[in-house]
Amino acid sequence: MSNRVTVVENILSANDQVAHLNRKLLDDRKIFSINLMASPGAGKTSFILQTIKALSPSFRIGVLEGDTAPVTIDADKVNAVGIPAVQINTGGDCHLDAIMVSKGLEKLPLEQLDVVIIENVGNLVCPAAFQLGTHINVLIASIPEGDDKPYKYPAIYRGIQVLIINKTDLMPYVNFNMDYFRQGVEMLNPGLVTFPVSCKTGEGIEEWVQWLSAQIQTNRS
Amino acid sequence: MHELSVTEHILNLSLQYAEQHHATRVTDIYLVIGRLSSIVDDSIQFYWDIISQNTLCQGAVLHFERIPAQLLCLDCEYTYEIPADLTPCPSCSSTRIKVLQGEEFYLDSIAIETATEEK
Ligand SMILES: Nc1nc2c(ncn2[C@@H]2O[C@H](COP(=O)(O)OP(=O)(O)OP(=O)(O)O)[C@@H](O)[C@H]2O)c(=O)[nH]1
Ligand SMILES: [Mg+2]
Ligand SMILES: [Zn+2]
Repeated sequence: MSNRVTVVENILSANDQVAHLNRKLLDDRKIFSINLMASPGAGKTSFILQTIKALSPSFRIGVLEGDTAPVTIDADKVNAVGIPAVQINTGGDCHLDAIMVSKGLEKLPLEQLDVVIIENVGNLVCPAAFQLGTHINVLIASIPEGDDKPYKYPAIYRGIQVLIINKTDLMPYVNFNMDYFRQGVEMLNPGLVTFPVSCKTGEGIEEWVQWLSAQIQTNRS
Repeated sequence: MHELSVTEHILNLSLQYAEQHHATRVTDIYLVIGRLSSIVDDSIQFYWDIISQNTLCQGAVLHFERIPAQLLCLDCEYTYEIPADLTPCPSCSSTRIKVLQGEEFYLDSIAIETATEEK
């Protein structure tokens, strides 16, 4: 005989459950965590390095570096400035999921950290669907990518708490209509906390780090 | 793209419910997916045919209910659907909008066969 079984469960609920466990692990240690998403080359690693430079006198930082291939280029760059970094090789997957992050966290010296920054795989589609359990999801949009990205990739703009607009130093050389860009963002995520920065000149980094420091403090108390 | 891992999640979730209900075979899978959730259904079917082999779900047919993206204009209260691209309110051009639907991404139900009569 045949019958219909009602499920009504989120397709990625198994991932979300592990994400909850990650969050609990971090909360128990009062560690603030960031999932950093962007397209390839938008400046994720550069932004992490700038953030470390400005933040590390006050807080102890650890980094997880997601990559589709077994390369350690990004993790090496972070290690080179004296910050613990663990490479997560997704084995070809175009995004990190909560289980990969859980395994990566095991390899970080969590007892000695205040902040964990996770560099997701460069991609605007897939990371949006997979929660990692971090306190905030941050998207970096960079000027050379063009001003139409919110219109084309709405899902990733819906699920973030902070937007970084990177490579502002290139504004004079690229046709990027900031009003058009911001209008798309505003439709998808009204009032989104946004920081225009240049990881090349360092402009705007201070404002971001001030905001972040306040979040870390609040999370601790 | 992430369709392979999404397909694996669909398979695991379906198998979990199929086993709970003592299914001998799963014949249909009913998915509800909103337009804003960027999933390509063709490739899910492609991966599905491969990874469901030798499981209770082998041969099960995937059904996709696509929910259009529906927006509400917060200024003039006009409700409209967007086909693909995000657009301001067609009635008053406002960009103050709210997403009413289109982000659905869940397994609604499965159809199974069981060996013995249950209740
Ligand atoms: N002009 C300019 N270049 C930048 C800026 N930020 C990063 N870049 C450059 O952009 C390139 C990519 O930067 P990365 O930090 O490696 O970008 P990513 O997002 O980590 O790249 P993947 O990990 O490969 O996806 C490098 O050549 C950087 O020097 C910026 O603010 N201005
Ligand atoms: Mg990088
Ligand atoms: Zn309107």
